[in-house]
Amino acid sequence: MKIVSLDPRVNRSSINETEESVVLKKLDQFQTYEVFAQTKRGVHHVHVGSVHAANKKIAVLFAKEQYARRGKCVNIWVVKTSDIATTEYEDSDIFDTLDEKTHRNPESYKVLNRIKEYKERTSK
Amino acid sequence: MELTERHVEGLKHLLYKMADDLLIIGHRNSEWTGMGPILEEDIAFSSMAQDKIGQSLAIYNILHEMGEQEPDTVAFTRNASSFHCSQLVEQPIGEYDFSLVRHFLYDYADAIRFDMLSNSIFEPLAMVCKKFRGELKYHTMHANIWIKDLAEGNEESKTRIQNALNKAYPMALSLFEPSEFDKELSEAEIFSGEAKCRTIWEKEVGTVILEAGLEIPQVSDPEEYYGGRSGKHTEHLQPLLDEMTEVFQIDPTADW
Repeated sequence: MKIVSLDPRVNRSSINETEESVVLKKLDQFQTYEVFAQTKRGVHHVHVGSVHAANKKIAVLFAKEQYARRGKCVNIWVVKTSDIATTEYEDSDIFDTLDEKTHRNPESYKVLNRIKEYKERTSK
Repeated sequence: MELTERHVEGLKHLLYKMADDLLIIGHRNSEWTGMGPILEEDIAFSSMAQDKIGQSLAIYNILHEMGEQEPDTVAFTRNASSFHCSQLVEQPIGEYDFSLVRHFLYDYADAIRFDMLSNSIFEPLAMVCKKFRGELKYHTMHANIWIKDLAEGNEESKTRIQNALNKAYPMALSLFEPSEFDKELSEAEIFSGEAKCRTIWEKEVGTVILEAGLEIPQVSDPEEYYGGRSGKHTEHLQPLLDEMTEVFQIDPTADW
């Protein structure tokens, strides 16, 4: 029995109906690449997602259409996902004390006040 | 330079064959949507097919400004014998190797034609051709990388690409079927002509084919697939048009 569809392309392909389900094996998929896109020259590349691809040239081709088709983009990086080193979520306590160290935040320097004062002084 | 009636006639002929090629290859390639070899390639190929329809619309718009009918009317109400597309673009999609090789051969021709016409003294066309430069660059880049990768893949992928090339290459020559207007359009600096387009194309696709380790097919009869430009088509075009216009024909006056 051929599969009958409202889609003429399916009918043209004359696909046999089959009872067997298809089980994907490991490595049936290509490896993934992480995609980083830049909206303007000079600004940071931002992670936008990933693509499956056989190699990095094809990954660039795919990244362009998947992630830079809408909105502005001037440059793309792709990195093999397996090449990225990460921290573990179970170790996320290594970040714990950051909240208290307000001296590391730019706000604690009151730079803006000084700039404001300077501007007021010099504009007179 | 003042355009004569003959120039206008030649220009319209040129614009119709370009726009019809774009519309038909765009429709053909969109037949892969949802059925591409892998998700990402499906999206890329569909997106390029959409680009082709967009490019055809831009050219039908120029024709409309020159007094021809609305783009929708032109695209959806003509029979096969009134289409000026080449016999290459109307061929069924076949297997992915054929579609990919046709995309390679067609998009190089398209990119070369658009590049040549970017310098046309006919300003509306030159502007449209410049506008799509980036799209075409991506299309040829896509074709190029796939052809080379598959040619260098394994024995099966190489054989498939070579066989598809042997089939599609003679058909692709129909893109450059000479026109009776070539000489006048060239003298008027509107379009440098099909022969020049073909020479550049043979050199550029030939370079890619050889770099990929494939063979440039020998063509015994370069005119075998001629005729599309004057409405002589294969049996594949009319069924495509019937399918493409099916929804439009239900209610041609519907507002979308």
